[in-house]
Amino acid sequence: MSVNENKEWKPLIVAFCCNWCSYSGADTAGNNRASYPDNVKIIRVPCSCRINPLFILRAFQRGADGVLVMGCHPGDCHYTTGNYHTRRRMTLLFSMLNYLGVESARTRVEWVSAAEGARFAEVVTDFTKTIEELGENRRLEDLRCKTN
Amino acid sequence: MQDELIRRACELLEDGTVNRVLGWQKGQFVYDITPAVFTSVEEVKNNFVYNDFCGANLSKYLRSESEKEGKVLVFLKPCDTYSFNQLLTEYKIHRDNVYAVGIECYGKADVEKLRAKGIDCITDVKNENGTLKISTIYGEESVPAMDVMAERCLNCKSKKHVAYDELIGEDGEVLDSHRFDEVEEIEKMSAEERFKFWQSQLSKCIRCNACRNVCPACTCEKCVFDNYDSGAFNKAPANSFEESMFHIIRAFHVAGRCTDCGECSRVCPEHIPLHLLNRKFIKDYNELYGPFMAGAEVGQVSPVVDYTKDKDAEASVVQKGGAE
Amino acid sequence: MQRIGVFVCHCGTNIAATVDVKAVAKAMEKEPGVVFSTDYTYMCSEAGQTLVQDSIKKYGLTGVVICSCSPHMHELTFQKAIAKAGLNPYMLEIANIREQCSWVTKDIKVATEKAIVLARAAVAKVVLNSPLTSGTTQVTKRALVIGGGIAGMQTALDIAEAGFKVDLVEKNPSIGGKMAQLDKTFPTLDCASCIVTPKMVDVGQNENIRILSYSEVAEVSGFVGNFDVKIKRKARYVDEDKCTGCGACTEKCPMKKIPNEFNHNLNNRSCIYIPFAQAVPKVATIDPRYCLMLNKGKCGICSKVCQAGAINYKAKDEYIEEKYGAIVVATGYEQIKVDKYDEYAYSQSPDVVTSLEYERLMNAAGPTNGHLLRPSDGKEPKKIVWIQCVGSRETCDPTKGPARGKPYCSKVCCMYTAKQAILTKDHYPDTDLYVFYIDVRTPGKNFDEFYRRAVEQYNVHYIKGQVGKVTPENGKLMVQGSDLLLGEQVHIEADMVVLSAAIEPSPTARPLATMLTTQMDTNDFFTEAHPKLRPVESATAGIFLSGMCQGPKDIPETVAQASAAAAKVIGLLCKKELTNNACVAHPNEMMCNGCSQCQGVCPYGAITYVEKEFRMPDRTTKVRRVAQVNEAVCQGCGACTVTCPSGAMDLRGFSNQEIMAEVDAICQ
Repeated sequence: MSVNENKEWKPLIVAFCCNWCSYSGADTAGNNRASYPDNVKIIRVPCSCRINPLFILRAFQRGADGVLVMGCHPGDCHYTTGNYHTRRRMTLLFSMLNYLGVESARTRVEWVSAAEGARFAEVVTDFTKTIEELGENRRLEDLRCKTN
Repeated sequence: MQDELIRRACELLEDGTVNRVLGWQKGQFVYDITPAVFTSVEEVKNNFVYNDFCGANLSKYLRSESEKEGKVLVFLKPCDTYSFNQLLTEYKIHRDNVYAVGIECYGKADVEKLRAKGIDCITDVKNENGTLKISTIYGEESVPAMDVMAERCLNCKSKKHVAYDELIGEDGEVLDSHRFDEVEEIEKMSAEERFKFWQSQLSKCIRCNACRNVCPACTCEKCVFDNYDSGAFNKAPANSFEESMFHIIRAFHVAGRCTDCGECSRVCPEHIPLHLLNRKFIKDYNELYGPFMAGAEVGQVSPVVDYTKDKDAEASVVQKGGAE
Repeated sequence: MQRIGVFVCHCGTNIAATVDVKAVAKAMEKEPGVVFSTDYTYMCSEAGQTLVQDSIKKYGLTGVVICSCSPHMHELTFQKAIAKAGLNPYMLEIANIREQCSWVTKDIKVATEKAIVLARAAVAKVVLNSPLTSGTTQVTKRALVIGGGIAGMQTALDIAEAGFKVDLVEKNPSIGGKMAQLDKTFPTLDCASCIVTPKMVDVGQNENIRILSYSEVAEVSGFVGNFDVKIKRKARYVDEDKCTGCGACTEKCPMKKIPNEFNHNLNNRSCIYIPFAQAVPKVATIDPRYCLMLNKGKCGICSKVCQAGAINYKAKDEYIEEKYGAIVVATGYEQIKVDKYDEYAYSQSPDVVTSLEYERLMNAAGPTNGHLLRPSDGKEPKKIVWIQCVGSRETCDPTKGPARGKPYCSKVCCMYTAKQAILTKDHYPDTDLYVFYIDVRTPGKNFDEFYRRAVEQYNVHYIKGQVGKVTPENGKLMVQGSDLLLGEQVHIEADMVVLSAAIEPSPTARPLATMLTTQMDTNDFFTEAHPKLRPVESATAGIFLSGMCQGPKDIPETVAQASAAAAKVIGLLCKKELTNNACVAHPNEMMCNGCSQCQGVCPYGAITYVEKEFRMPDRTTKVRRVAQVNEAVCQGCGACTVTCPSGAMDLRGFSNQEIMAEVDAICQ
C-alpha cells in the first residue's frame, strides 16, 4: 500500500439508479448531451428498493466520498411501491449516519424520471459540488482500501 | 417474590402443566445471575433465584426451548413480554409449547453502580421496600434501590405485561419514560462531536459478540457477519470502519424489531451504550411515522418495512438536521 | 474459472470521438478473468455481432462485456447474439460508455478514464454472473370476468368468441348493469335497452360463457395463468335450471311493498322477483330479507303456484372453486349518496331526484311507463332544473374535515344532462328547462354538436353558476342560484330538480382489489399498469381492467376498453406457456429464519412461507419455517432482499455479491 500525496483529490461518487426511471433519466441526459461531472459512476439496479444499506456502507468503505440513491418519483415506481420502501429505509439510514457524525450531505436520495435528463445532470452536478466542498470522506473510510 | 415463584414453578411442574422451567440461577457470583432451565422440583428448589440482579430477558431462550417436546414455563418481566410478542410475530416461538407467567418488576440493580459506590464482593442481596440490603465479605451495606438501578430500568418504558398466561403480582401501565433524553443530547452535538463520541465508544468494541448473542431480535439462522457471501463478513474489527460497520448494521437489522429491552448494553463488557443506537431508530420512526412499540401486539408491521404514499417525509429531512 | 471477452464499440464517432476506445480495450486486458479484448466500429451491426460470436467460440468465452450504448438500447440484441453462440444470455454485461460517458464528457482523457472504470465494473460483475434460465408456467385456458354490466359482457363475449371459456360473475340476480337502467344514449339517442338487451341475450346463449349471477368472488389465490378463485353463489331459493321465468310466483307473492332497486326505489316489487322483463338469466329470486316463509315459516305461496317446482326454501349459499388463466375486473360504478347535500333538499322532497332516477322516470319500462310524472303528486312537471357536478370536481380542504364529494370530473354528466333535456323537450315541448353548470365538457365524437342542439334548437337554458339552495315550498321547489356570467342571483320556481350526482367506484371494488393484490388510487379506482401504454392491464400480471372500475368513462369508451381487455386476455390465453422473469428473488433456505418480513413488502404476493423439514448436522431433522418465492409471480424488484435481515433472500441477476463487486470496481 502506498499513499500518493501528490495526487490531486477528486471526489468519487457512486450513484445507484433504478433501471426504469433514473437510469433512463441518465440516458436522456446523454441523449441531450447534457454534460455533468465525470466523478459520478452509475450502478444499475432494478428498483431503488434493491439498494441495500450495505452497498452504501461498502461504497464508503472502499473510498467513495458520496453516495446518491436515485429512483422513480413517489407514485411512479415500476414495481408500484418500491420507492416508498426506499424513502423510509434511506431516511432512517441517513439519520443514523448523521447521528454517528457522518456528514449527512454525503448521502442523498433523489427522484428522477426518465424524462428528466436535464434534472439528472443538475442533481449530479450539484451533488458533486457539495462533496467537493465537504472534502474527502474520512469518517467512514477503511484505510486499507485507500490505495493511490 | 422468589419463594412465590418457586412455589408456583413447583406446582406447575408437579401437576404436569409444564415439564421444564426457564428461570434464573446463581452464576459464579451472586450478581452474576444466568438464565437456566430446570427440569425437576428439586432443581428449582435448590437453584432457582429471583432477586435484583435477575435482569436477563428470558424470552430469547424460548426460541430453542419451545422447539422441544412438552411445555416450558417461563417467567417474564414486563419488558420481557414485549420481546416475547416480537418473537411470536416473527414466528420464532411455538406459543403452544410455552406457559408464560408474567411477574412484577420494579427495576433491576446495576452492579457497576454498586461498585462505583464502593460496594464490592457481594455475597447476598435483598430488596426490602425499595432499599437494597447487601451482604459483602466486608459486612452489610444498605442503599436505596433507585440509586443503583440500571439505566434501562430508570427509563422503564412499560410496567404492563403485553402477554402472559398467568400473572403473579400486579399488572402496570405503559410509562411516559425519558428514554430518548440521552439520544437528544447526542443529537444536539455538532457532527464533529458526535463523531468523536461514537468513535470513542465504538473503538472499545472487542467484538465479543455478547450483544448479538443476548439480543432477542438477533435470531438469524446465520448472522451476516458469519456469512462469507453476505458482503458484511467480519469476525473481528481491524479498524475503526469495521467497528462502526458492525454496530450500524446490527442496529439497522434490529430496527423496527428491537423492543428496547436494553440487554445489549447490560452485557457489553466494554460498557458501550449500544441502546443509544437502537433508541435513535425508535425515536426517528416514532417521530416520522407515528408511535410504534415493537412487541406491543403480536402481528404488528414494523414502520421500517412499511410505508405511506403521501405522508412519509422525504429522505432530505435528514439534511435539515435529522428527525427534529 | 471465467473467461471474459470485452468488446468496445466505437458507435461510429459517437463514442470514439471522445473515448479512446483502443485504450479502453487495452486496459481491460489486464482485468482479472479477461482473456480477450477488442474494439469495433459498430458492435451492434451484423459484422459486430459476428465478431462477438466468433470470439466466443475462438477463445472459449464464458462471459461477455460490451462497452457501448445504454443497455436499454441493445441489451436484448446482444443477449440474443451471445445465445446464438451458445452462451447463456445472462452472461452478458453492458458498460454504458455512450450515454453515461462519451455524450456527457468533453475531455478525451477524462472520458477515457471514466469509460475504463465503467468497463471494469461490468467485468467485475460478469465474472460473478451465473447462467439463468427462465421458468415456464402453464396457462389455464379459462377467463373470469367480474361484473356483468356492459363492460363485463363485452369482454366476456369477445373472449368467448375467440374460443375460450369465460365465467361471468354478477352480484345482482341479472346481468345488464347500469346500462340496462338507462333510457336512451347520447349523442345518438338510440334506446339503451335496444342495444344492451340483445347483448345480454348473446351472453346468455354463448356456449363458452357461464353466467354466475347472484354471486360474488370470495377468495383469490394463485398467479397469472393459474388463478384459483372461490366464488360464492348466494342462495336465490329458486332452482335456476328449473325456473322458466313465467312470473306466476311474482304475481301471487303477498309481499308486494318492497322497494324496487331496479327502478331506484321509485316503485315497489314483490318479495320473489325478476328484476326486469329482459333479465338474463330470466329466473326468479327470493329476497330473503322479506320472505315470510324464510323468516316466519308461513306462506309458501310461490312454491304452490310454481308449475316447474323450482322453489327451494332450504337452499344455502354455495361455494364453487375454479381455475382461471386471467381475470378481468369490470365492477363498474355507483352514484354517490346525495343526502349529505342538504342544500339540494334531496331528502326533503321526492321531486328532487338523481339523474339515474330521472332515467327511470323517462324510461318506457320504468315506474311511470315513460310518462314524466313528479314522484310527489304524479303531475307533469313544467319547469325542471338540473344541477351539475353534485359531488364532482370538489376541491377538498383537509383542514375542514373529510370531503363530501370527489376531486375528479365524473365525465358523463354534461352529456347525459343534455340528453335528458333534449328527450324531455321532445316529449313535452312546453316544458321550461334549466341547467346550472360549472363548465360544459363535451369532448367526443358528435358531443359538442349534441350539446349545442340542446341549447340552440331546444332552448334549454344553460346557466353558468352554482345553486346555493333548493327549498320545497307549496309543492314547488324554490331554486336559488347565481348566474356568474350576468353576475346576478337567479330564482326559479321549479317542479322538479335533477342532481347530476358524482359517480364513484362500486363499494365492492376495494375488497376485491385486496383479494387480487391489485393497486387502487385514493378514489378507489383501479390503477392501470401504465397510464398511457398499458391502460387496460393492472400492475398485477394476469389481472385486467374494463370499464368504470378504472375511471369515469362513457359507453363507447367502456366498450372499447372492454374489447381491449379481452384482446389482452386472448393474447395471454393463446400462449402455450408463460415465460417467467429470470431475474427473480430466491431464498437460501438454510439461512432463512422465517421472520416473514419479506412477505409483507412484496407488492405481488409472490412470497409464501412453508414448514419444511431439514436435516441437521447431527443427523436429526428439524422443521423450520422458510420463505418460498413463486418465480412466475416475482417481478424482480428486490424489495424483499433488503428487508431480509439475515441476507437469505437474494436477487438473481442483481445479487448482493454482483452489486458489491461493481461498487468495489468503481471505488478501486
